[in-house]
Formats: sequence, structure tokens, C-alpha cells
Amino acid sequence: MTVERDSTTRADRLLRAARPRGITPTRGYRVFQGVNAVILTAVVVVTLYPFVNIVARSFSDQTEIIAGRVNLWPRGFNLTAYRLVMSDPMFWTNYRNTVVYTVVATAIAMVLTVCYAYVLSKPHVRGRPVLVGMAVVTMVFPPGLIPQYVLVTSLGLKNTIWAIVLPGAINVFNLLVMKSFFESLPVELEEAAAVDGLNTYGVLLRIVLPLSKAMVATMVLFYAVSFWNSWFTAFLYIDRLDLFPVTVYLRNLIAGATGAGNMGGTSDAVQSAATLQAVTIVLTVLPILFVYPFIQRYFVSGVMLGAVKG
Amino acid sequence: MSTTLDRPRASADGTAAPARARRARGPTWRRAIRRDWQLYSLAVVPLLFFVVFRYVPMLGNVIAFRRFRPGGSIFGEYWVGLRYVKMFLADPTFWHVFTNTLVIGTLTLVFTFPLPIALALLLNEVRTRAVKRFVQSVSYLPHFLSIVIVAAMVMQLLSVDGSVNQLVRAAGGEAIPFLQRPEWFRSIYVSSEVWQTVGWGTILYLAALTTIDENLYEAARIDGANRWRQTWHVTLPGIRPTMVTLLILNIGTFMTVGFEKILLLYNPLTYPTADVISTYLFRMGFESSSFSYAAAIGLFEALIGVTLILTANAISRRTVGTSLW
Repeated sequence: MTVERDSTTRADRLLRAARPRGITPTRGYRVFQGVNAVILTAVVVVTLYPFVNIVARSFSDQTEIIAGRVNLWPRGFNLTAYRLVMSDPMFWTNYRNTVVYTVVATAIAMVLTVCYAYVLSKPHVRGRPVLVGMAVVTMVFPPGLIPQYVLVTSLGLKNTIWAIVLPGAINVFNLLVMKSFFESLPVELEEAAAVDGLNTYGVLLRIVLPLSKAMVATMVLFYAVSFWNSWFTAFLYIDRLDLFPVTVYLRNLIAGATGAGNMGGTSDAVQSAATLQAVTIVLTVLPILFVYPFIQRYFVSGVMLGAVKG
Repeated sequence: MSTTLDRPRASADGTAAPARARRARGPTWRRAIRRDWQLYSLAVVPLLFFVVFRYVPMLGNVIAFRRFRPGGSIFGEYWVGLRYVKMFLADPTFWHVFTNTLVIGTLTLVFTFPLPIALALLLNEVRTRAVKRFVQSVSYLPHFLSIVIVAAMVMQLLSVDGSVNQLVRAAGGEAIPFLQRPEWFRSIYVSSEVWQTVGWGTILYLAALTTIDENLYEAARIDGANRWRQTWHVTLPGIRPTMVTLLILNIGTFMTVGFEKILLLYNPLTYPTADVISTYLFRMGFESSSFSYAAAIGLFEALIGVTLILTANAISRRTVGTSLW
């Protein structure tokens, strides 16, 4: 008995040493740790549940869903809905559009952002405050939905990839992050390269960019994810089915579902749409879930960098 | 004109530039361009982008005061004065959506601002690093989803046969078509907003928490502060600058609310609580083709937004000494 008590106090002492803010863990603190564990578990469960539920629904039988029996696990397992969605050529066309739009938009955005950020990062450039101001002002005064639409339409960009790619080509937040990163690079390297006869373009391409690989990767991810996820610009400027990105495909699938159509609830069309929706959600979200573990830390570091300067 | 002629020469002896700059009495534009023309050339296309896609539409807001003809000039045809402004000020629907915007904006702020702080403090107390990492990774996930996907998930969960209604039935209630009920819309909107943003919102706080000086805790302990008091007197003041900055940013987006999400989730049945300024102007512009009227509303909304962010910034600079600029 005494031995046991002894060992617990020793454990306590060890714990106390290990804890940076270590004061004797009072009973209140132990209770708090318990409550904390419960809260955080709840956070994890609540965050993940919708994903699990959607996967379960996507593999489930129609009648089981209508009966309201699908939660964590598929019931009446079948792949009919998957076959249905995957055999729709429009789904794949739209999916391919998403890929194309994302790649082109990200490429353009990166070139513009890097170029402008590099100019802004040079303290000796005359007129630099004006150049910075030009960008920052657009953050405080957004251009406005209607005038933007009128402009894009009058430029004849409707129903072209450019309507999606160009209006969002520079994100000012990303621009400022990139700028502060360039400012943190040692000037000596660039000066040495200039002495060796490289011009500004050479310095940027051969010295600065190779030094900024991690930052450039972060920026590419920032842009790529936002273009991959965007739907509203396409929704606004694209009328042709075969030019939609997959997000608009999904939007059109769910658009009917909130309408007055399913008010009292169970018309067949709406219900079969439920499984198709689940499948489309799963297929759309899959690439993000797949790369998420790898890209997450880049995002976090990007946000921190932005905050330091922001 | 002369600068363009000078360009080839400047590039030819670019290395001589510092010497020339030293000779100059304060750099002039001409000298600056001669020396840095390669740098300036990199800025040309981005500047073109800003002018065309940001500043032209900004000026395009004048259609709020001009007659606009689709297919005509993007700046409108002729002045009509404050006609459209008077129109929306006299429009009862406008005041209705204005109120809705304030309510949804306030609710969103009240929940999405403090909850990340709370979650960050809780995460900060987790001793096992792997557990902390795991919870963080999971909670960031919804941030990476398209709004369309979030909306679709909300619809699935809240449908008559969805999980939430299964709970309702299990509790002995009748299934509720949540998305068709105006009284439910705000709760749905705010909870989905919290679901999507709370984890991501902790990043900056967690970063700020690691920068707090350990000695402060040591001192507080010597003064006899328990953990609760340490949190109150050391931790919270330590992350105050971050809190203020994020609060200002949140206030700045107060009026725009989650326009895209509302557009996806609302329907005529829920307009009484769900319709906000931005969705109303969207319908005015794109369903009724009243571009000038919609532009006038948009301009009004933007002005409130700018005023809010400038005011919040000024107040915080005066009172707590933290500001965005």
C-alpha cells in the first residue's frame, strides 16, 4: 500500500518536472484535462462526421437512404450511383475543365505575383509606395460585383477560360507574403550575381527563385486550392455546360434540392439526386483529401508568414 | 520619349549605374527609369491587371448614378443623379435585407471570432504532441473545401432523411425540413461557418501562444496565481495583438457575410431570414437585370464596409495601440 502511494507521488514529481508551466496538478486541473479531452474529441468527431456520412450515403442503397437509416456505415452496399456519375461524360468534361482552369490560372497568377512582388521588394525602386498602394487599395475597396461583371462581359470574355482566370490573377494577400519573403533574402547574393553580369531577369530566374522554392511552392498551393474550389466566377461568366468546372456541376446538382420541390419530402427525382450528390461530393473532394496531408504544413507556414508582415 | 531612347544604352552599361546615381542630386524619375527599367518592365503586366480588373470596375461603380444600357458603355449613358440611391432607400425589401445582413453578420462575428481563441487555448493545454497535431490537422480540413461542397454536405445532413433528422426522430420528434424553414436558417448558416473556420482560425493564436515569455508564467506562479489566473493575466494579454488584428479583419468583412454560401443554401422559402444585401443585389442585377440599381446597392454596401474597417482600425489604435496600418 505504502509502496504504491510512494510510486504515485514519484510519478507526480516527474510529471511536474516535465510540465513547463508545472505547478502541482491540482484536482481542478485534472478535471480540466478530462473535460478538455472530451471537448477536443467532440471537435474531431463533429469535423469528421459529415465526411464519413457522405461516403456512407454514396455507397448506400436508395431505399435505405430514403428510410433515413444511413449514418456511419453504408447500408445496402452498391456502386450504382458511382457507375451512374462516372458514366456521365459531362462529369468528366467538367472535371477536366477544373484541372485546366486550375493549372492555367495558377500559372498566370504565379508569374504576375512573383514579378510584382519582386519589384515591390526592392527598397530603392522609385515610386515604390505608389506601386504598393495600387495593390493594397484594392484590398480595402473591392471593385464591386456588378461593375466587374459588366467589364468582363464587355471585354467579350464570357464563356471563355479567361473570364475565370484573369479577374483573380493577383491575390493581394499572397502578393504581400511573397514580397516580404523576397525582402528577407540576403541582398549580397543578388549583388554578386549582378556583378557577374546577370541582368535583373537573370537574377530573378537564376538566383532569387531557386532560393525561394519552398515559398513558391506554398504560393502555388494557395492559388491552386482557391482556383480548384472556386465556383462563383464560373457560375457568373459561363453559360455552356461543357465549359463548367466540376464545382458548378455539383452546384447544379444540388440547386434543385433546396427548392420548394421536396417540401414535404420524398419525390423520387429528389431522392435519387441525394445519392448522386453524395457520389459527386466524394469524387470532387477526393483529390483534396488525398493531397491534404502533404500540403497542410505549407499552408500553415504561409499563413504565419503573411501574419508576420500582414 | 527620351527615356525609351535611353533604354538600350542603360542596359549596355548597367553596371555603371551606381556611379551615375552618386553624381545625381537626388534621383529623378528619368534616372530611376534608366537605372531600373528592367525592374519596372516586370511591373507592367501586373499593373495592367490592377488597372483593368480592379480600377476600371471601381470607376465602373458610377453606373450607380448613370443610366446603364446592356451592351452599351460600361460607364453608362447619361447621369441620373441619386435616382437609384433614392430608389433603394425607399425600397422596403432593401431595409429588410439590410437588417438580415446585420443580424447574420453579428451572429457570425459573435461565434466565429471567440471560438478559435477558445479552441487554441484548449489545444495549448494538450501535453501529448501527437494528439495536438492530430486534432489540429483534422480541424484545418474543412478550410480546404469548396463552398459548394460544404453547402452540399449541409444539405445532405439536414435533409429529411439525413442524420440530423434521424436524431430528431430518435428523440421522438417529427422530421423537420430544416432548409425550408426560415427560423432555422441562421443557426444552420452560423454552425456551418463555425465548422468550416474554427480550426483554421486557431493557427495564428497558436503561433502567438508560443511566443509568450515563460518567465511571465514563472513570475505569476511565484505571485500565487493558479492556472486559471495565469491564463487570464498572462496568456490572454499575450495574444491580444493577434486578437485585435483578427477582430478588425472580421469587422471588415462584416457586411459581405458569406455571400456565396447563402446563395447556395437559401431559397424563396427562407428569404425572410436568409436574404442579405449581397444576395439581393445579385438577384437585382442578374435576375431582374437592374444593373444600375444593383450597383447602387453594392456601392452602399462597400462604403459601409470601408467605414467599418477604418473605424475599427482607428478605435483599436487609440485604445489598445494595435492597428493594421
